Amino acid sequence: MNAVAFQALWSHWRRHKVQLATLVLGLALATALWSGVQAINAEARKSYDRAAGVLGQDQLDRLEAPGGVTLSQYIALRRAGWDISPVVEGRLSGDDLRLLGVDPLSAPPQPALTALAGDSAALATFLGDGFLLVAPETAARLQGSDLPPRRIAADVPPGTAITDIGTALRLLRTDRLSHLLIRRQQAMGLTPLDQITDLKRVTPTDQSSLAQLTDSFHLNLTAFGLLSFAVGLFIVQSAIGLAFEQRRAAFRTLRALGISLRRLMALLAVELGVIALVSGAAGILLGYIIAAALLPGVAGTLRGLYGAEVTGTLSFDPLWALSALGIALLGAAAAGAQALWRVARMPLLAPAQPRAWAMASGRMIRMQTGAAIALLLLSGLLALWGDSLMAGFACLAALLIGAALALPVLLLVLLRLAGRFTRGPLSEWLVADARQQVPALSLALMALLLALAANVGVGTMVGSFRATFVGWLDQRLASELYITTRTPAEAEAIRTYLTPRTDAVLPIWSVAITLRGAPAQVYGVADDPTYRDHWPLLQAQPDAWDRLAQGDGVLINEQMARRDELSLGDPLTLSEGWQLPVVGVYSDYGNPQAQLIAGTDALATHYPDQLVLRFAVRADAAQVPALITDLTACFDLPDDALRNQAEIKALSLDIFDQTFLVSGALNVLTLGVAGFAMLTSLLTLSSLRLPQVAPVWALGVAPRQIALAELARTALLATLTWALAVPVGLALAWVLLAVVNVQAFGWRLPMQLFPGGWLWLGLWALVAALLASAWPVWRLVTLPGGQLLRVFANDR
Amino acid sequence: MIARAFALLWICLATAAGAQGFAGLGTDADGFALPSADSALTFPADHGAHPDFRIEWWYLTANLRGDDGQDYGVQWTLFRSALSPEAGSGWQTPQIWMGHAAVTSASTHRFAQKLARGGIGQAGVTTAPFDAFIDDWQMRSTAAEGDPLDALTLSARGVDFAYALSLQAQGPLVLQGDQGYSVKSPTGEASYYYSQPFYDVTGTLTLPEGDVTVTGQAWLDREWSSQPLANDQQGWDWLSLHFDDGSKLMGFGLRSSTGAHFTSATWITPTGQTTAYGDGALTLDPLETVEVEGRKVPVRWRVTLPERDLKIDTEPLNPQSWMGTMFPYWEGPIRFSGTHSGKGYLEMTGYE
Amino acid sequence: MLSARDLTKSFSTSEGPLQVLRGISVDVTSGESVALTGESGSGKSTLLHLLGCLDAPDSGTITLKGTALQDLDEAGRAMVRRSRVSVIFQQLNLIPSLTVAQNLDFQARLAGVLDRDWQHELADRLGLTPLLARYPEQLSGGQQQRVAIGRSLAIRPELVLADEPTGNLDEATADTVLDLLIEGTARSGSALLMVTHSPRLAARLDRTLHLQDGLVQ
Repeated sequence: MNAVAFQALWSHWRRHKVQLATLVLGLALATALWSGVQAINAEARKSYDRAAGVLGQDQLDRLEAPGGVTLSQYIALRRAGWDISPVVEGRLSGDDLRLLGVDPLSAPPQPALTALAGDSAALATFLGDGFLLVAPETAARLQGSDLPPRRIAADVPPGTAITDIGTALRLLRTDRLSHLLIRRQQAMGLTPLDQITDLKRVTPTDQSSLAQLTDSFHLNLTAFGLLSFAVGLFIVQSAIGLAFEQRRAAFRTLRALGISLRRLMALLAVELGVIALVSGAAGILLGYIIAAALLPGVAGTLRGLYGAEVTGTLSFDPLWALSALGIALLGAAAAGAQALWRVARMPLLAPAQPRAWAMASGRMIRMQTGAAIALLLLSGLLALWGDSLMAGFACLAALLIGAALALPVLLLVLLRLAGRFTRGPLSEWLVADARQQVPALSLALMALLLALAANVGVGTMVGSFRATFVGWLDQRLASELYITTRTPAEAEAIRTYLTPRTDAVLPIWSVAITLRGAPAQVYGVADDPTYRDHWPLLQAQPDAWDRLAQGDGVLINEQMARRDELSLGDPLTLSEGWQLPVVGVYSDYGNPQAQLIAGTDALATHYPDQLVLRFAVRADAAQVPALITDLTACFDLPDDALRNQAEIKALSLDIFDQTFLVSGALNVLTLGVAGFAMLTSLLTLSSLRLPQVAPVWALGVAPRQIALAELARTALLATLTWALAVPVGLALAWVLLAVVNVQAFGWRLPMQLFPGGWLWLGLWALVAALLASAWPVWRLVTLPGGQLLRVFANDR
Repeated sequence: MIARAFALLWICLATAAGAQGFAGLGTDADGFALPSADSALTFPADHGAHPDFRIEWWYLTANLRGDDGQDYGVQWTLFRSALSPEAGSGWQTPQIWMGHAAVTSASTHRFAQKLARGGIGQAGVTTAPFDAFIDDWQMRSTAAEGDPLDALTLSARGVDFAYALSLQAQGPLVLQGDQGYSVKSPTGEASYYYSQPFYDVTGTLTLPEGDVTVTGQAWLDREWSSQPLANDQQGWDWLSLHFDDGSKLMGFGLRSSTGAHFTSATWITPTGQTTAYGDGALTLDPLETVEVEGRKVPVRWRVTLPERDLKIDTEPLNPQSWMGTMFPYWEGPIRFSGTHSGKGYLEMTGYE
Repeated sequence: MLSARDLTKSFSTSEGPLQVLRGISVDVTSGESVALTGESGSGKSTLLHLLGCLDAPDSGTITLKGTALQDLDEAGRAMVRRSRVSVIFQQLNLIPSLTVAQNLDFQARLAGVLDRDWQHELADRLGLTPLLARYPEQLSGGQQQRVAIGRSLAIRPELVLADEPTGNLDEATADTVLDLLIEGTARSGSALLMVTHSPRLAARLDRTLHLQDGLVQ
């Protein structure tokens, strides 16, 4: 019996293939975007774990000293019985490689070194001549480099090479160890560490972990994914709703033939489940493709924003696929619940005539409006008093959902206004009909509103960010030439060479410190007009630069000021016995960490061992090319040792643009999905619209004119939706810039407006709406006349 | 002590050319010095390291009795393995050191392992004064005169044990094989090998249950070589025995893939006179096999040396004396009875 | 005024072409009211659709005051529907999104012949004045048909074609609506051709044409 009944139900889809395709495609799209974003997030998290998991740096306490740990300090602790392992970390700027030197004989077990465990010959070579363990993509990048030979180890994070500590010290030209890892399990009866060493024991804080830093970014992606999922579900809901309405007669007949309501519901649920599984499978494939296509961009973003290395290739995780199927089922259930509920409440003898199900009542609109007002109020309250990233996103969510729910009533008001200005019966009909269509199209229009608002909002944020960033770069990159040297001797030689030939040679050097439990970088800055005139200060005491030069003050970046709630004049302890007041706050975009600027002399007094290897050179811009040629010739410098200002700016902007590539791509996808939602809604409506169109036709309006009117109506609705989306998008941008960014990154950006962009977006919305309505209109007006006449047929 | 724990380092460090033999020991030596029957050992110089040989160890085992009335066994071993035949210095030195320490009772077997490279002061052996160390584990000479090995202090510790012992030799050094040249296979592979089997021991074991004062006997083996096993040899069973009358016996059997034992033994009188016995004089027959860490290990043996009218059965203090180190083996104290009685140590490798 | 000659029309169905009209000829003179009767499937509605320019005949000619309707294209037919011939169906005559007032004006404004006085008079006579602000869905069936009559007559058409305009109404209401229709067409000077099943209603018109098997009997 089940099979027979199921077949009867299923026959509907065989006759309505487009409807079925809509349903499957909608659900697949929703699943794809959501699970695609999940896949990206998972891949990134895996990369972070890999990075953190190397050497258990994420878990083990370490011993550190400013300026590094000496070999004798290490050996003394080993001879005292402490099970510790040395690590040396550094960057090979020539190869843009993070080098991690470890001692495999004492290192804690770690996935990256498993390659050595079973292979005696490999370990012998590792300790002996030495080689680098690198991720496959790093190996590809390093092809042809004159570094020691590379071997592939999948567990090494990209951009990092792990090698024996001896090899690393040699490559980094140092004899200092970066830190010592303390194994958890130690022999019994050891002398406590603080009695036998001056080294400082540091417990890793979650604060500094990449995962924490990048949380806001992933939250962003997740929000986008959720938005796309919601938009996709609009499609699914309308398709399911229509199918159920059209089958009311079939339901009634089946029930009259003795199929219980419970069984009917079960059959429908099974049917929905089958469709969801098929769609989910398609969604997984699509999602994987989307994720794989977006991942390089995401990797670029994460590298640009946080310096986090994320692999550019996606691996397939069966668990992920399973959860994607789950979300498809969940989505179908959410979208189908209303339809099932209506079937459950349908009386056995209900009229079988399909009712215009989508024609929602005025009561519905009133309820939506009430909810919209409440949500918008909530959003406002959160914007004013919210104090966390979650509050920021909740504020965004409330704003978007509120705006979407308010859309129908606002459109009705606007259309009523437009109605006052119409002349001629056709345009009157056009507007009147548009008003009547609003409830039916409201879900699709809401989707369009969300997509457009997200576009305006994200566009405004990125645009504001970029404009601010460009201005900031111009100020901050005041020097004409930047030099990176390899050794102190070379640094000194170049400095001596340049001093008589240029206006100024300014050292660039910094010390990594731990401030209030979080890592921070202190830069030493010489007293020079380059900084006084150009460095962008947000707030400063009048004599800030003088006090800095005298070693009586310190500048801090905006994110640190916000995070630690520091204001001008507050004392700050940089290291033991070194306390300075904050004399200024500067903007420092793109840097997730706390940063400080101290006078170079003062810093040198407290950290005498620090090497100064980089310089900024002030010179006549016209002479810079000649200077570069001379320097390269005299000192045999590698290509990347010299960078002129223009190059760095171009590079920075390049990284910046990379950073928001993903947002852009997701924006386009969301808009595409919204367009598809329009298409399905209009298709659904087109069959219900015959009674609306037939009388107009019968009264002597040519089909071509009707088609134009239909297109114009969709265009009108899309345009009005766009007009409402712009303010919503601006509100969204404001929340992003003033609430979310401050919470996520610690900097606030001035908001700038880009009306040109809105116009383009409006055009795109129009194009999307017209494309979406083209087919339904075509179907409507190419109906044979008899089809329209049948509307009036007497014997239905 | 023969070939014991020979390849513990080999497995991870040597350039394994073939898969034959236990831990790849059957490879040919390249660039490393080879033992020769004609060169005499000289002391105290030969107490120190021989970096031009591939592998070397300082291996001490002790049979102790605590003031709690219980028997204990203690092991202290320092291995040296060279990646290439040079001493080197700094991080890039080719000399790798490994320490093993264990305390065995009838119910527990506690052990620890240490790894270090030479050249940075973390591990090594000095001769003046004699000091063999890895991290805080130490075997140091306290002899005011005579041979440096006549008096030693010994210490090691792990997560759940520590010990500090002092050792006093009651007899002379004993050269194994032919004046210290010890043949390990019918095809002539050999090592340099000498022992000090006459230690009296006092000291303290620190255990989670508390300190235990101990006394007893100990046996030190020194051995170095570059190619101690033949290609077809898969492992060995090795014994050091203290007879109640003060005599000692060192004996081993190298198991070949054909199943045959290549045996060797040295009888040591209480005054240190030695008699070496070549292949076949000593027989080793397993009496009982137990499961240890998922593998079958023969923990009781019948040992015969007809030329000395010796026929004894051994009994482990703790059948589960398993060294679950990077390269695992069985090493623990035993008692024996039969024609002779006494205590000793048993080592078995190559039981996979 | 209206002269149809030898009209044929067939529809394609799943069982092959179905010949609905087999050479019908009809004449209607100005101001005349004619009832069109016949059994289901006799071709009444099809004939009405052809005369109302809602469909084109396969062959034959239709002349409306000198205009050859059969030669017109869709745009031409739309023009005739707009300004010369009005059609009233049994149901769904009105545009749901427009008010009664807008529906009443709609065709006249489309045709560009809106006459305010005539419009008021029609609304008055049809009793629609109090209903002008309502939407079709808020009207009873009889009220809806009265709006349809008003809308049809607003252009003073040469011919009003009605396809069972009272078919959905009870007898009393049907009589009232028919009265209004006959009176209205008379006042606007339009001829009336009405399809009906009811001999009682047919009897109230000037003459009756009976269709059978696609031919006038």
